[in-house]
Amino acid sequence: MRELNSRITYHENIVYNAEIMNLSSFFSGIRAQLPILLGVAPFGMIYGVLARSAGLPPEIAQAMSSIVFAGSSQFIGTTLFRESAPFVVIVLTTFVVNLRHALYSASLAPYVESLSLRWKILMAYLLTDEGYAVGIARYQQLPSNENVGSSHYYYLGSAMALWTTWQISTAIGVFFGAQVPAPWGLDFALPITFIAIMIPALADRPSALAAAVAAVVALAAHDLNYKLGLIIAAMSGIIAGLIAERFTKHRVEKVE
Amino acid sequence: MSSTYLWFTILSMGIVTFLIRLSFIIAWGKFEMPQILRRSLRYVPPAVLSAIILPELLRPNNAPIDFSLGNARWVAALAAALIAWRTRNALLTIGAGMIVFWVLQVMIKD
Repeated sequence: MRELNSRITYHENIVYNAEIMNLSSFFSGIRAQLPILLGVAPFGMIYGVLARSAGLPPEIAQAMSSIVFAGSSQFIGTTLFRESAPFVVIVLTTFVVNLRHALYSASLAPYVESLSLRWKILMAYLLTDEGYAVGIARYQQLPSNENVGSSHYYYLGSAMALWTTWQISTAIGVFFGAQVPAPWGLDFALPITFIAIMIPALADRPSALAAAVAAVVALAAHDLNYKLGLIIAAMSGIIAGLIAERFTKHRVEKVE
Repeated sequence: MSSTYLWFTILSMGIVTFLIRLSFIIAWGKFEMPQILRRSLRYVPPAVLSAIILPELLRPNNAPIDFSLGNARWVAALAAALIAWRTRNALLTIGAGMIVFWVLQVMIKD
């Protein structure tokens, strides 16, 4: 009987520890997203004000934040509504602007393969530039694809923090018309956080080359509309990485 | 624009966006993914992040490229990159990068 009791306690401990791990990952994810939120909040307020001035009713302007949940396409969508663009144009533009999310989806896919459908749907709904960057940093620190542990809770914490900030800040813009400029250049927190995430990921020459080529193309193609510059730059970088890999095969294998 | 039309349009925008985001997450493991795609995935983070970061630093608001030392974003980012490379400490990188940025902004204004 005593043996049985201690076995139950042992089992409970494992479940208990897993829950603690999940919760702690969730809060670590929120913490990792905090600097970016400082820049996102003023951006959300600007969206709210712009959407109202484009003639969108408040409930529609706010619903776009939760239904679409994608900053760039919400800004562009707002402009298209103001110009009374046809339905097909609005939806096609949204598709092009958000096409880069397919890259994020592919990049996360191997790490979330074993999760339930509910988790996959939730993670896809919450997938943004910021959520991806913070989440993939965590997954890449793992020793192997097989042992992803509580990382999905880390992603959830970081993405939920962003989601909540986006809903509240756009609501302040939509319903109160309030808008503040990012004080002290807080929007600079986004590129700085991305640097903190990217530099440790440049573990080998093909990765460094991928980043360098993407940077050059992104600067050159930055004038293209609809985030096309970003997607062309990212694809160029990926192709450069693959080509470099051919030439430095033995190096890459050694690193891995 | 009727309210029904607006609701229908933003719902369509949301569905399109969600399906793009779900695409590979849902398809992975269900279909055989080509080897080239699997190999290319390790270059997505450096390529995408770099493509987002550099225009933010050198071409804010679509300005012409500014490599000069008068560009506080650029100089602070170089300092942050150096710290990230040497320490691999995210919090230190972000904190130091922001401080360098603020100090430079004050210096440039004066």
